[in-house]
Amino acid sequence: MSDLSTVARRAVEAATGAGASDAEAYVSRESGREVRVHGGEVESLTAATQSGVGVRAWAGHRVGYAYGTDLSDAGVATIAAQAAEAAAVADEDEFAAPPAPAEIEALPGLGDPSTAEWDTGRVAELALSVERTALESDPRLVGVEAAVYADADEQVAIASSAGVAGEYESSTCYAYLQALAEGDGARETGLGFGLARGPRGLDPEAIGAEGAQRALAMIGAGKPASRSCPVVLDETVAASFAGLIGGGLSAKAVQRGRSPFAGRLGEEVASAAFALHDDGRDPEGPASAPFDGEGVPRRRTALIEGGRLRSYLYDTYTANREGGASTGSAARQGYRSLPSVSASNLMVAPGEHSLEQLLAQAGDGIYVTDVAGLHSGVNPVTGVFSVGASGRAIRDGQLAEPVREFTIAGELGAMLGAVSAAGAVPRWVPFGGSVSTPPLLVAEMAISGS
Amino acid sequence: MSELIDQAVAERALARALANGGHFAEVFAERRRGQTLAIDESRIESVQSGAEEGAGVRVVDGNTTYFAHVDGLEPAEIERAADEAAAALRAERREPRPLQAREVTPLPIEHRPEDVPAQRKAEMLRELDERARAKGPEIAQFTASYAEARRQVTVANSDGLFSGDDRTRTRIGAQAVARRDATVETGAETLGAHRGFELLEDDPGQIAEQAAAKALTLLDAVPAPSGSMPVVVGGGFGGVLFHEMTGHGLEADHIQKGASVYVGKLGEQVAEPLLNAYDDGRLPGEWGSDAIDDEGRPTQMTQVIEDGRLTSYLYDHLTAERDGVASTGNGRRESFRHLPIPRMTNTYIAPGEATPEGMIAEVERGFYAVSFGGGQVDPATGDFVFGVSEGYLIEGGKVTSPCRGATLIGNCLEALAAIDAVGDDFFMKTGICGKGGQKVPVGTGQGHVRVRAMTVGGTER
Repeated sequence: MSDLSTVARRAVEAATGAGASDAEAYVSRESGREVRVHGGEVESLTAATQSGVGVRAWAGHRVGYAYGTDLSDAGVATIAAQAAEAAAVADEDEFAAPPAPAEIEALPGLGDPSTAEWDTGRVAELALSVERTALESDPRLVGVEAAVYADADEQVAIASSAGVAGEYESSTCYAYLQALAEGDGARETGLGFGLARGPRGLDPEAIGAEGAQRALAMIGAGKPASRSCPVVLDETVAASFAGLIGGGLSAKAVQRGRSPFAGRLGEEVASAAFALHDDGRDPEGPASAPFDGEGVPRRRTALIEGGRLRSYLYDTYTANREGGASTGSAARQGYRSLPSVSASNLMVAPGEHSLEQLLAQAGDGIYVTDVAGLHSGVNPVTGVFSVGASGRAIRDGQLAEPVREFTIAGELGAMLGAVSAAGAVPRWVPFGGSVSTPPLLVAEMAISGS
Repeated sequence: MSELIDQAVAERALARALANGGHFAEVFAERRRGQTLAIDESRIESVQSGAEEGAGVRVVDGNTTYFAHVDGLEPAEIERAADEAAAALRAERREPRPLQAREVTPLPIEHRPEDVPAQRKAEMLRELDERARAKGPEIAQFTASYAEARRQVTVANSDGLFSGDDRTRTRIGAQAVARRDATVETGAETLGAHRGFELLEDDPGQIAEQAAAKALTLLDAVPAPSGSMPVVVGGGFGGVLFHEMTGHGLEADHIQKGASVYVGKLGEQVAEPLLNAYDDGRLPGEWGSDAIDDEGRPTQMTQVIEDGRLTSYLYDHLTAERDGVASTGNGRRESFRHLPIPRMTNTYIAPGEATPEGMIAEVERGFYAVSFGGGQVDPATGDFVFGVSEGYLIEGGKVTSPCRGATLIGNCLEALAAIDAVGDDFFMKTGICGKGGQKVPVGTGQGHVRVRAMTVGGTER
């Protein structure tokens, strides 16, 4: 047992000692580094460690939470006592109860030795190479706002008075850049990124080239005409929408009447071309772990299949409300947060079409490569959205001139029904949570431009 | 005010930070405490409290910053962070200047939230819940949250600065869901300040009624129009328009990297002469105010637009050093785990002479955006987008139907130049601004403002 599990156990004992009828402690320790480069130089280099404990205490069916960074005996005792005290303030909720322990199957492959093996100089060189690739790609590529490499190694331990006990370690890393291109009297930006378990899994040249290509492609962009037309969403945009759908499939949102998918279980909610599942154990998934934020085993859950809504995502509390089982979907933003229902790795099923085929099927439409304003332009309760977008016109089934400064608008349900084809090659994207998705063809969407 | 770490500890850490060279070093120590609770389905839940403390040490050598942070304020831990930050440097030791303690008066807090029993906060949320639901049976769901946060900070740097601040912010938010048959709409309202519980002693329940009223109004909404038209933006949170459209583009890091449409525009006429705008971190009690910024520099009022002319960028220590100017006190960080970067504090368009009624009366067909859910900008291209949370059609000089699903979209320089009326009904609202993965509290404000033409992206067919 690691020292983290010892801290977790001690916190549980302290909370029950302070009067809690049940308690659970989540302890994490993260060490990471970040390198930002600019103009061929390292702009900043960050080395960091952080650790903390979060204690959830039950007083019967009341729940309280407290967290802190002081992992000394006295510190943990204080946090545990605060959690017990907080529980007394909450109202009784008959479904609030600690999760029962379950067999946790180990999940190998969450680490990567290259994270530890690559020293700071080597990962800085990776970031510099991302920037260099972009800058050397084209004379119109005038700069890079930031090229960043970051990695993190996280250890997690959980323990509860109900007998939950587990720990794991996982590592993730990413690199990205925001490239700046100039032409036609305007500046354009382009994002390139890559995700991996460790630095050896990143391809700096591909990342740099993607950012450059995206920025260059936007030179000379104008407003498209307002109309309804077919739209192809690239992987980054499809991922953002998949994330919104995943949010609406949280049983908490559903049970509290704040989801467009409430009451639709078993009904047709999408076209047959759109299938979605959540898999907290996918070996390549950045969010994979053996168990969720309350110690329940992660698993695969089919959400939308054959166009029908198959399941919502549940944590223990929302499952208790329906007399069902948790889908292992209790998520945490580290030790600071109470577990809450959220997708782990959302995976949109790939179809059979190349991007060229999707564009050909669209015929005359828009290829959307970026959306903005998702946090304010989407109503998560109703699914009505209107967001800013940019991309390329599609003319005669081929990519044509760049377009910007327009919105795409509609309603999530109608959009899902209008997905007419999915691309064959999915990609992991860090938008909308952790999402793997191919590009998607939507038969009709409202474009508002000039 | 006593500092979180002793002057001697800070001096030792700074000396170690410069052990391998560097022209600037800084120690930032912080203790943060907070409590939050919520009401949902008329039940108090999510009661939580937290306490974190730690320190971040940075060393700057030429254009490179080395940064390390640790949990805890033990001198040994802070020195470890200093050693770690210095580890990658290979130059000659430098000596920091002796520290000179600077007395700072934090913003006054009358009623410390941590002294208020949690039960009283819970009672207040219950009152919000009751008042929202009292607006009628069409209010199907209501949630409200309470949050208090205290941040005590101490900053010491190798230029001899030794200073600190003690900040307490309090905020409540209310979200209502209204339902009529198959139509569902939402409404939200917040109230926050750099103040204590005194903020909530004067009828906090009204925000619940306002949120409920917004949701109810939208039940009668029509789909928002699409196309270019005159847009009148409401006061208060309408100021997020200026925040996104101009504020971000004036942050000196964007400017120095050529990633802002405002590069090279200093001194130029970028708006009509009727426009005056400020960033002011000293507004008493405002959400984005602090006594000092997170680099220890006293906050200040900076006029960024004077009679339509661009007059200043917003600087932190490093960007100011690069431009050979003084910091404008805009070096802010989310916590000791983040590096400071140029950030807005309270940004606002100063009151003008128009009245809201007058500027609406002059619009034949347009859109009235009372409030936004938020906005986003790419400072490099100037493209921005705002989600409208409460909006109406303007027809024949009158406000008519409420609209759902509207987004405003445009380009900064064009939209800024197209502001042709500024109202006299000024007020401030609170926001949380994200940049570079860091969230900080910011204030936004204005009276009503009219933009000659802007693209409204709606769902109307």
